[in-house]
Amino acid sequence: MGLTASPTSHLVSIDPANSDGWMTSRLDFLVNWGRANSLWPMPFGTACCAIEFMASAASKFDLARFGMERMGFSPRQADVLICAGRVPFKLAPVLRRIWQQMPQPKWAISMGACASTGGMFDTYAVTQGIDTIIPVDVYVPGCPPRPEALIYGIMMLQKKVMKERMNDPRSRNEMAPDPTSQLYIPPTLIDELSEPFGNSVQQTRSGM
Amino acid sequence: MSGFQIVQAGTAPNLPAPATPRNLPHRGGEANPSAAALKSKFGEAVTRVDVVWGETAVTIDAARARDIVRWLHDDEAQSYEYLVDVTAVEFRDRDQPMEMIWHLRSIKYRRFLRLKAQLPKGKPMRVPSVWPVYKAADWLERECYDMFGITFDGHPDLRRILMWEQYAEGFPLRKDFPLRGRFSRSEQLRQALAANPEARYSMEELSIADAFEELPKDMRARIRGGESTGE
Repeated sequence: MGLTASPTSHLVSIDPANSDGWMTSRLDFLVNWGRANSLWPMPFGTACCAIEFMASAASKFDLARFGMERMGFSPRQADVLICAGRVPFKLAPVLRRIWQQMPQPKWAISMGACASTGGMFDTYAVTQGIDTIIPVDVYVPGCPPRPEALIYGIMMLQKKVMKERMNDPRSRNEMAPDPTSQLYIPPTLIDELSEPFGNSVQQTRSGM
Repeated sequence: MSGFQIVQAGTAPNLPAPATPRNLPHRGGEANPSAAALKSKFGEAVTRVDVVWGETAVTIDAARARDIVRWLHDDEAQSYEYLVDVTAVEFRDRDQPMEMIWHLRSIKYRRFLRLKAQLPKGKPMRVPSVWPVYKAADWLERECYDMFGITFDGHPDLRRILMWEQYAEGFPLRKDFPLRGRFSRSEQLRQALAANPEARYSMEELSIADAFEELPKDMRARIRGGESTGE
């Protein structure tokens, strides 16, 4: 995504008659362009999806081409939380705290079936989707997703970043969890999101 | 030099080279010689000896478990140096009691022994801990307690290990435990998020405890004051 816009959008115009190199553009377009192409990911890898994530970051797929040169295992120096793998309930407060430690602007990618829905782990120990813990921007399906899928998800996120506007503060609003329950979406909605589907409706074990 | 002796595989004195056993019968076959030794030593406490797929399983009285394990560990002719696993089994058959399982291995004699003990129905599930014999039993017994609710008498620190300590839904590997847990998903999430991620470590578990005296003065004061998070 170079700093060129299509001739019809007039997002960037360079005056050819002016030899001083003046260029006019919208400020939020420039800022978004900078942000979208230098996202610093914070990998939160808990399972096999993290292996695919490593493949995405390694030389063959090379996330660095998308400005994700720097993997930061420090949430305070990161823009994108990439949750790769299942998140058990025991890890839920950890993930929540890491998300809260990340400074704005920040985005979250839920990578793989387990992070997005709980996947095959419809059990007592696993959260049914990290969107019940933190807000998620992009869901990447797959078990695990191939690096191409993750890169596609990242490019979708870049498009989302490019759409932000300075005069629209909604995207910067931090979702505050309910102070007593620490949930940020209503309990009934969590139960609805976590409803079993497909074969996992069969609840009994060993006929007891 | 330390007391270790390098033994090449298959060159241990008076022992045949180890080989993967083939064509084993499902039931029967040669029992581990330790089974007969146990029978003569402990008599009534040893109730059954089974050989399944070439492995010997000795059923013992649960109350004598520590004595038996200690003897197997200490006796020169047995020397089971290695505790492989401590676990339990609950059967589909409701009438069948739960069983404790200990897996022992003797590296010296290349023997494997499985000990089983039945935990009678309708009684509190208590077993003597083998921690005084094998320190490896510490986490294995904690896991067994966490998943099945079996109490190990004499364990130094019996608390949950996989689930968090405030976990209130019961013991997940019991057959009467529903696969999705007892509470609704929102309640499970609420309880999980209420946990302090760092509170489940005691000072003893953190390596920081070893370095306590070397920490900066203000940090020592904060830890003494009971602060557990770094925030």
